[in-house]
Amino acid sequence: MLLIIFILFAGLCLAGAINLLLQTHPINSALSLIVVMVSLAVLYLTLGAEFLAAAQVIVYAGAIMVLFTFVVMLLNAGKEERTLGSFASWSVGFPAVAVILAVIASVLIKSQGLGTVHLSDKITSTQELSAMLFKELVLPFEVTSVLVLIAILGAVALARRGDGERKGGQ
Amino acid sequence: MSPLLTFFLWSLLKCVVVTVVLLIGVAYTVLLERKLVGRIQNRWGPNRVGPFGLLQPLVDGAKLFLKEELIPGNVYKPLFLIAPIIALGCALISISVVPFGGPFTIWGSPNLFQISDVNFGLLVILGITSIGIYGIALAGWSSNNKFSLLGALRSSAQMISYELALGLSLVGVGMRAGSLNLRVIIESQTSNKGLLSWNIFGGMQFFAFFLYLMAAYAETNRSPFDLPEAESELVAGYHTEYSSMKFAMFFMAEYANMITVGCVATMLFLGGWTSPFGNLVPMPHNTFLLGLVQAFGPIMWFVIKVFSFLFLYVWVRGTLPRFRYDQLMGFGWRVLLPLTILNIVGSSLWFAYHS
Repeated sequence: MLLIIFILFAGLCLAGAINLLLQTHPINSALSLIVVMVSLAVLYLTLGAEFLAAAQVIVYAGAIMVLFTFVVMLLNAGKEERTLGSFASWSVGFPAVAVILAVIASVLIKSQGLGTVHLSDKITSTQELSAMLFKELVLPFEVTSVLVLIAILGAVALARRGDGERKGGQ
Repeated sequence: MSPLLTFFLWSLLKCVVVTVVLLIGVAYTVLLERKLVGRIQNRWGPNRVGPFGLLQPLVDGAKLFLKEELIPGNVYKPLFLIAPIIALGCALISISVVPFGGPFTIWGSPNLFQISDVNFGLLVILGITSIGIYGIALAGWSSNNKFSLLGALRSSAQMISYELALGLSLVGVGMRAGSLNLRVIIESQTSNKGLLSWNIFGGMQFFAFFLYLMAAYAETNRSPFDLPEAESELVAGYHTEYSSMKFAMFFMAEYANMITVGCVATMLFLGGWTSPFGNLVPMPHNTFLLGLVQAFGPIMWFVIKVFSFLFLYVWVRGTLPRFRYDQLMGFGWRVLLPLTILNIVGSSLWFAYHS
C-alpha cells in the first residue's frame, strides 16, 4: 500500500519537475513547482516525517510559491522565448552539471548513517522532533536562524537604501 | 466483512454525510447572513419563499444552476476552469480532520464523529487553507481583467501576511495541550469545571482568541478585511468574470471557509464538543437516554458554538466599515504580528510557571 503511494507520488513529482522545464509560461512553471513540492510532502509523510510534510506544504507550497505567483502576476511576465543556447552555455553548462552531480553522489555514497529510513517506519512525533532539534542540534538550529536574520536585514537595508536616495534627490 | 472494507465503507459514509451537511450549512449561512444583515439595516431580508424565507437557499441554488455559463474570450482557459475547483476543494477538504463529537464507537467504526484522526490535524487545516489561496490568485490572474488581477494581488498579499499571525496565535493552545492532535487539544480542555477549563478562560489564551479571530477574518476575506472583493473599488474583485456555477463555487468556498474557521475556533478556544456546564448537569439514569445524550449532546454543543461564530461574522460585517489597503497591511504586520509574538512569550512564561 505504502509502496503504491510512494511510486504514484514519486512519478507525479518527476512529471511536475519535467513539466516545469518544458512549460514556456512562467505561471505554468510555478504551478508545476507547487505540484513537485506537494508530492514531496506526501513522500515525507510515507517515510513517517509528518511535521516535515506539514511544514513543506505550509511554508513552500503555501507561502513561498504564493510569493512566486504573486511576482509573476504583478510583473505580468510574458511567455519565455526558446533559443538553442549559446556555445558557451553548452560547453560550460553540461560539464558543470555533471561535476555537481558527481560531487553530490560521491558525498552521499561515502557518508555513514544515510539511507536507514524505510517506508514502513513509524511516524516521528513532533515531540521527538523538537527534542532533537532543541537539545542535540541546538547550535546548527541557532546558526541557521542567524542566517535567516541576516537575509532579512539585507532585504530591509536594500529597501531602505532606495528610499533614502529618492528622498535625497528631491 | 474484513476490517479494511469496514473502514472504507465507514469512511465513505462519513465523507458523504459531512459534505452534505456542510453544503446545507453553507446554503443556510448565506440565508442567515442575508436575514441578519437585513435586520441590522432595519429591513426584512428575504421572506417570500417558504415560511420566513426558509426555502430561499433552494431557489438561489436553482437560479445559479440555470444561469448561462459564460466564459469570456480572452481568459486563460485551463487555469480559469481549475481555479474555482481549487478554491471549493480546499474549503471542503479542510473540515475532514475536525472532530464533531466525542469518541463514540458503533458497529466497528473507530470514531463516528470524525472522518480522520490525524496526529497533526491542526497543521493539516493550516496547510490546506494556505493552498486555498491559489484558487483566488489564479482566478484573478487567468480572468485577464484589471479588476480581477488587482483583487487577486490584494488577496494573496493579505493572506500571506495574516497567515503568519494566524499560525502564531495558535501556538499557545498547542503548548497547553502538548500536541497538535485536535482530539487531544479538545480533551486538554475537558474537566469538571466546564467552561472555566476552556482555553479561552482557563488556559490564559484570552488574547490569543481575539488575535486568532482578527487574523481569521482577514484569512477568509471577510468584512472588515474584504478588500479582494471591495465592490466600490474593484467591481467584484477576483470573481468579476465568473458566472453561474463557477461563481457559486467561489461563493460556497467563502462560506465553507467561514464554517471551518468557526470549527477551529470552537475546537481550540471554546473546548470543542464539551458542555459549558461541565458535570453540573446530572446525566439521565435510563441507559437508552444516556446513550442518546452521550452521542448527540456533544454535537449539539459543537453546532451551537460554531453557529455563534457565524452569527459574530455577520454581526461584524453589518457593523464595521472596510479597512483601507495600507491600513490592512500595517495592521497585520505592525500590530497583529508583534502582539501574537508577545502572546507566545507571555503564555510560555505562564505555562512554565504553572508546570
